[in-house]
Amino acid sequence: MTPAVTADETRQVLDVDGVSVRLAGRPILDEVRFAIEPGEFVGLIGANGAGKTTLLRVILGLQAATAGSVRIGGKPAAHARGLVGYVPQKIQLDPDMPVRARDLVALGLDGNKLGIPLPSRGKRKLVDEMLAAVDALRFADERVGNLSGGEQQRVMIAHALISKPRLLLLDEPLANLDIRSAQEIIELLSKRFAKQQQVSVLISAHEMNPLLPVLDRIVYLAAGRAATGTTEEVIREDVLSSLYGHHVDVLNMHGRILVVAHTDEGFQVLAGDDRAAEPGHPDHSRTGMQA
Amino acid sequence: MTVFAPGFFASSPVHVALVIGGISAVVCGLVGTFTVLRGQSYAGHALGDLAVTGGSASFLANVSPLWGFAGIGVIAAGIMDMIGIRRPRGRDLATGIVRGAGLGLAALFLYWDTTSSSTTGVSITILFGSMFTTSTSVVPVVLAFGLPAVAIVAILFRPLLLSSVSPELAAVRGVRVRLTGLACLLAIALAVSLSAITVGAILSTALLIGPAAIALRVTNTPGRAMVTAALVGLGATWIGIVLAYDSFYWPPSHDGWPVSFFIVALIFFSFLVSQLFGRRPGRVIRAEG
Ligand SMILES: Nc1ncnc2c1ncn2[C@@H]1O[C@H](COP(=O)(O)OP(=O)(O)O)[C@@H](O)[C@H]1O
Ligand SMILES: [Mg+2]
Repeated sequence: MTPAVTADETRQVLDVDGVSVRLAGRPILDEVRFAIEPGEFVGLIGANGAGKTTLLRVILGLQAATAGSVRIGGKPAAHARGLVGYVPQKIQLDPDMPVRARDLVALGLDGNKLGIPLPSRGKRKLVDEMLAAVDALRFADERVGNLSGGEQQRVMIAHALISKPRLLLLDEPLANLDIRSAQEIIELLSKRFAKQQQVSVLISAHEMNPLLPVLDRIVYLAAGRAATGTTEEVIREDVLSSLYGHHVDVLNMHGRILVVAHTDEGFQVLAGDDRAAEPGHPDHSRTGMQA
Repeated sequence: MTVFAPGFFASSPVHVALVIGGISAVVCGLVGTFTVLRGQSYAGHALGDLAVTGGSASFLANVSPLWGFAGIGVIAAGIMDMIGIRRPRGRDLATGIVRGAGLGLAALFLYWDTTSSSTTGVSITILFGSMFTTSTSVVPVVLAFGLPAVAIVAILFRPLLLSSVSPELAAVRGVRVRLTGLACLLAIALAVSLSAITVGAILSTALLIGPAAIALRVTNTPGRAMVTAALVGLGATWIGIVLAYDSFYWPPSHDGWPVSFFIVALIFFSFLVSQLFGRRPGRVIRAEG
């Protein structure tokens, strides 16, 4: 089902090869396989609980895979630390924490170094340039905890990118953002960083619609497995039905794509709606719709 | 009325108190900033309670209570890390279990102390501090505990800061988050032991947390917060020593008031002032969502 990897292997920034993960005895990911090339803007799409965070943590080396391997820039993930930047899912930033936006960005450069940091003109210039690149200069000296959600995401992206990684992983950076802030972040990532600076971006989302117009490719996670390809190749009834293991419909509602399953109680939106649920997780909300 | 009562500068116990209290206040300010920043005040409280256990044990062993304060703190820090201080629920459990066991032992030791020792006031010394009765020989021990504590937060400044923002971000940058956290807990244990000898075991968190909380209120960067906390603690401790010395001439009895009362009261009022009048850095209402 996954289209064969045809690209030159040496060009690959990320190569996820048959990764399986079991957590607490439960299979979470099953033979996930995909690759990302320089400058590609790739969406990791799946409902809540589909395994997006788990997959990103495996790529980062924070979570061991039960089987399979991850290579970054041709190297095993364990030896590729400097090549990856990461923006984790919803960090709570405390307004009482005396950390300014520029402090957090500077920590992206040398947060693992020992000793008290000495002020240096070169470092300040790098931090200012990075803040400017994400349009965050005007709140550079404010505490991160006091910034709005969209502003915090810009600072987190600057933190992740200041060490000049080739691959940027973002875990649901658009969740909890208003539409305009979300659009600005998408634009920044896809145009400025992916297309202009050739940073490969893997961005996870449970709501794919805001991303669909700009994604080069999709990694669609469901039932622990992944379907990979362009939007046209993946968001199709045959591909997704085979992925989910039962029939699903792909509906286009005024340009908004919904993936819908037919159940005894009516229809269940699996993707495309903010409240989309993973089958087998009854705790997530269901949307009943009339035919 | 004079600020410095007669004999203040000639008194040897005052000299020792100024040195021990001063070092302790600076160490507590520097370490306390990270204690508050990392949300580990609860660990500071537990370690303060446990200092009672260590202090009462050291009287039985006939050594300076400082050894007991620090010894039990280091052991407790290790146990708390082992039980799982990183997860919020594990952290509550770890603190609760260690603290409960420690206070049980403290009751036993204090009982033995008071029944076996001819000197009264053992519990007072442990609970409310002993700066004025500490011998000069303890000063090197104070330095030996204070310097490593300061060294830990200075060396691990950036990893500690990054892992307080997010342990995951720190781990991705190659920080050994657990080891860093354990080192920080050890620094807190050492700082608490110094605080316990200065203001007493039950008030020890006041000197650790108070100045740091004030500093985090009025400064905008971690480095400035550390320096401010150290200065606030130092000011409160030295002014407290002066007032305690003066209070010898105050009612009700001519015994003087306890120095820990003055220090903690000064910190408390400074905290109130910082809450009421301290600027709230960056608290700007932004138009953008
Ligand atoms: N530490 C863990 N132990 C057991 N199960 C886990 C653990 N972490 C996550 N899971 C489970 O793995 C599945 C995938 O989780 P996650 O990767 O967080 O999904 P997503 O990020 O797509 O919402 C969920 O069903 C979740 O309950
Ligand atoms: Mg997730």
